[in-house]
Amino acid sequence: MLSHILRRLLVAIPTLILISVFIFGLQKLLPGDPVLALAGEDRDPETLNRLRDLYGLNDPIWVQFLSWAKGVLQGDLGTSIRSGIPVSQMIATKLPVTLQLAAMSMVFAIFIGIPAGIISAVRKGTKLDYAANVVALSGLSIPNFWLGIMLILIVSVKFHLLPASGYVPPTEDFWLSMKTMIMPAFVLGTGLAASLMRHTRSSMLTVMRQDYVRTARAKGLREPIVILRHAFRNALTPVVTLIALLFGELIAGAVLTEQVFTIPGFGKMIVDAVFSRDYAVVQGVVLVTAIGFIIMNLLADLAYVLLNPRLRGR
Amino acid sequence: MTNAVKATEDAILAKRPESRAWRKFRSHKSAIFGSVVVGTFAAIAIAAPVLPIPSPAATDWGAVRLAPSLAHPLGTDEIGRDIMSRMIWGARASLMAGVVSVAIAMVIGVPLGILAGYMRGWVDAMISRCTEALLAIPFLILAIALAAFLGPSLTNAMIAIGIAATPLFVRLARGQAINIAAEDYVESAHAIGLSTPKILLRYIFPNVLPPVLVQSTLTIASAIIAEASLSFLGLGQQPPDPSWGAMLNTAKNFMAQAPWMALWPGVAIYLVVLGFNLLGDGLRDALDPREE
Amino acid sequence: MKFRNTLLMSALLCTVAMAAQSQTLKIGLESDPDALDPDRSRTFVGRIVFTSLCDKLIDVTPDLKLVPQLATSWSVSEDGLTVSMTLREGVKFHDGSPFDAAAVKANIERSKTLEDSVRKSELSSVESVEIVSPTEIKLHLSVPDAPLLAQLADRSGMMLAPSAFGGDFSANPVCSGPFKFKSRVSQDKIELVKFADYWNADAIKLDGVTFLPIPDSTVRLANLQSGDLDVINRLGATDVPAVKSNDALAFASATGLGYQGITFNTGNGVKADSPFGKDARLRKALSLAIDREAINQVVFSGLNSVASQFVPPASPYFDPAYPVHARDIEQAKALVAEAGFPNGVDLELQVPNRPENQQVVQMIQAMAAEAGINIKINAKEFATMLADQASGDFEASQVGWSGRIDPDGNLFGFVTTDAGFNDGKYSNPQIDALLQEARTTSDEAKRKEAYFKADDILMADLPLFYLYHESWLYGLSNKVTGFAASPDGMIRLEGVSKAD
Repeated sequence: MLSHILRRLLVAIPTLILISVFIFGLQKLLPGDPVLALAGEDRDPETLNRLRDLYGLNDPIWVQFLSWAKGVLQGDLGTSIRSGIPVSQMIATKLPVTLQLAAMSMVFAIFIGIPAGIISAVRKGTKLDYAANVVALSGLSIPNFWLGIMLILIVSVKFHLLPASGYVPPTEDFWLSMKTMIMPAFVLGTGLAASLMRHTRSSMLTVMRQDYVRTARAKGLREPIVILRHAFRNALTPVVTLIALLFGELIAGAVLTEQVFTIPGFGKMIVDAVFSRDYAVVQGVVLVTAIGFIIMNLLADLAYVLLNPRLRGR
Repeated sequence: MTNAVKATEDAILAKRPESRAWRKFRSHKSAIFGSVVVGTFAAIAIAAPVLPIPSPAATDWGAVRLAPSLAHPLGTDEIGRDIMSRMIWGARASLMAGVVSVAIAMVIGVPLGILAGYMRGWVDAMISRCTEALLAIPFLILAIALAAFLGPSLTNAMIAIGIAATPLFVRLARGQAINIAAEDYVESAHAIGLSTPKILLRYIFPNVLPPVLVQSTLTIASAIIAEASLSFLGLGQQPPDPSWGAMLNTAKNFMAQAPWMALWPGVAIYLVVLGFNLLGDGLRDALDPREE
Repeated sequence: MKFRNTLLMSALLCTVAMAAQSQTLKIGLESDPDALDPDRSRTFVGRIVFTSLCDKLIDVTPDLKLVPQLATSWSVSEDGLTVSMTLREGVKFHDGSPFDAAAVKANIERSKTLEDSVRKSELSSVESVEIVSPTEIKLHLSVPDAPLLAQLADRSGMMLAPSAFGGDFSANPVCSGPFKFKSRVSQDKIELVKFADYWNADAIKLDGVTFLPIPDSTVRLANLQSGDLDVINRLGATDVPAVKSNDALAFASATGLGYQGITFNTGNGVKADSPFGKDARLRKALSLAIDREAINQVVFSGLNSVASQFVPPASPYFDPAYPVHARDIEQAKALVAEAGFPNGVDLELQVPNRPENQQVVQMIQAMAAEAGINIKINAKEFATMLADQASGDFEASQVGWSGRIDPDGNLFGFVTTDAGFNDGKYSNPQIDALLQEARTTSDEAKRKEAYFKADDILMADLPLFYLYHESWLYGLSNKVTGFAASPDGMIRLEGVSKAD
């Protein structure tokens, strides 16, 4: 088990190096000059050149990459040239925001997706199953940003029920924080709930055909017990794995959701950074996201092994 | 149909119940519904040049942001163009975005995946590390960076989405290839001295295809949404040519005054994506030997 | 029961929170300002925040007169080489340290020497600062500099507390404006609170002001409509009817100092070798083919004003010889034919991929087609477009400028040889000389004469032409009173208050 984890971590190292080189190369290929993009309304040629020198942008790419990589190994992700704030500090302030959004969406998705999946598997072929499937597919088929803007217009503008956009940290005002986050979490959660529902359903269907479920039924156990104690527990394995894997998708989904609801999180930070050519920020955020993704994959693997009794002995 | 013909020629494949799959697909009501939706939109998109509709670029400044009427069944947009015409021409762009980007992903991804799965060893290691690296970068972020690099246009958005979706197909094809390579008939083919390219082409590829096909319909669905998302950020189809995503992007500024501008492309994207998802589900069920 | 308690609690909390914030004005901006340091700041929205945070030596009235702020009076010597200023007494910085002549000297020197200062070129004429007395200073100039006073009414004239120079200034800016810095969360909000010791504290009715960057105009408006914001900057022109018809909202606007126009590549690299880069007649034809009023009506609900030159009609430097010309498609066609393209001519026009700009160029595309000009629109992401423009990878570009109080700021940088914004690399020694003359004399009549002469040349050469002057549009909650829009687009909060 331990050696398995270690091996996985070792394999992750070349992957991370590849990601860094790739993203570094890509951003250097990006058309546009960060200094020019930042110059805004002050475009004195002399000043621009001075700033380029100051940020090391006149150095060859590989020099820039090595100095960046050296910094990373020492725990320094560089400094945003737009705000002048260290990237690690920016990430530290933005990450909790996106994690809160992700967690709330996930809670939402789990509470809707899994029960809906179970019900639709148990009632397979009925109208209820059919309806659940259509709703789930709709969740996958509606563009997030469209749903978001529609919700803002209806819920906030028309009925004044929730704040239209923005972010309030839960430490500052817990209820307001929840209220502001409900709509974005719902929007981000719809797609996930749909994925979860469909996977729960198919996993439940597979398990319910298994012998031990038939045996449990034959023993005369009550149906809810059969379903929850025997079928669901076993159907859970792939679903838990999926939840870990979906976190990657969540971060990507957060990009658009944060854009629509103006949430100062990770996703908005990276989009703004790409558009203003704030390379250090792009690089830092992608690296941290990739590490998160790899950790989530590892956790998914572990969960798979831990939840699957047959694999536990190995 | 051609698959079925080929299948009868091959003794091993002949045993595969192709017709059963078709029968299952046909009895799948929602899959039929999905095919009809997709088919209808595809037909409209193909027929766009011959349909009796005004040019999608024809402007009329006396008729800006008009609600649906007889003259303009779906209303007009921010500079007085007929929305129905733009929806129809936009269908071309949006469907193309879905199909072409997935085709790109398949053409690059499937051969690489088969190669990795069949050859194993260092080839596998290299391809897998690259795949993991790409997978670890969130899809949309990768697509945004690529689209910004290539410059905003529909073609570049398709390339960006295609590249971003490639790892998915590499993984799928690799996993499938590993399973099939371990089958007895592949090993015996190896034993009788069949060359590697022949084995890949005759045994591995046809068996990798069904799950890839299922995945591709589902990925087309997400690619259409991705094109809309890139357009939302200004990186998709460029004016004055329409795509549903680009239309939505403009419409969001007029949500209050001209809600129909956002309604039609929103509904169309929803329907087509739903259609592809239903189609993909139907295919999956039909091609899955486990499910009776 | 428990549930009800929670409800009650949260209701209570809400009212408490509301009472505490009742006099804080929430303003929605279109983007997040960059560094909160006037010497490093480069964004327009940054200037809006500074207006509340940092007082300047000189201020501007809505009719563009320079009026005292931290300097109570000033005079320029006969030869134009010395500017004498008397400073306001009893002014304190936010940290309690006093404002005096030494502080002014320290500020100007900082702007001129800080490594990453972007103010250097604005103050390049200032040779030295002489402290005459604690309340009197003299600026010694190397050349007469007419726009200097206007620069001192902007970021170059903002006075920071020298006591705060040592630390990371932008993380904790200390100035002497009506509001002091409280906190900032990037991309989320900037909070300022009332400065009790402000020299003009009586005029400040608000307890604080919070700026929130919300890039999407629909969402910005939604926040105003839902009551989450009190003022929104850059209200979309097509949203104005919705604001006007809403009883809870009010509308304010002012014609801006800036413009939107089309600039041509006349001398920057190979792309300058295009029909439009070489032949002023084609540029003239395009200008004639455009119905500016129609664009204004369709895209901007008639709220902007059509433009013919680099300053708006209200400016003293507006040249009466060049009013906005009406659309003349016949003459446009004739000019295209005369230039040797009877069968039509192609033009690549680049535009930022923002909805409003795209609407404008799509209309221009349709209008130009009637004159035989086939425009290919190249929509580009903004950062790419800037770089392509600087490197000469464009034939024509739809660009804009937010505008400056002094006419120099609207023209010099765009058409003189090798100037910062002159991306088409237009170069004409006569223009260079005329505009240099206009910037080194402070006599309004002489400056006018120089600008009008320059107009004659520019209108013939047409390296760029103008489409419209943008108006600053604001949506307000009707709880807000005393708000007045300024032509420079700044939000001034003197006299503004907010009802509960």
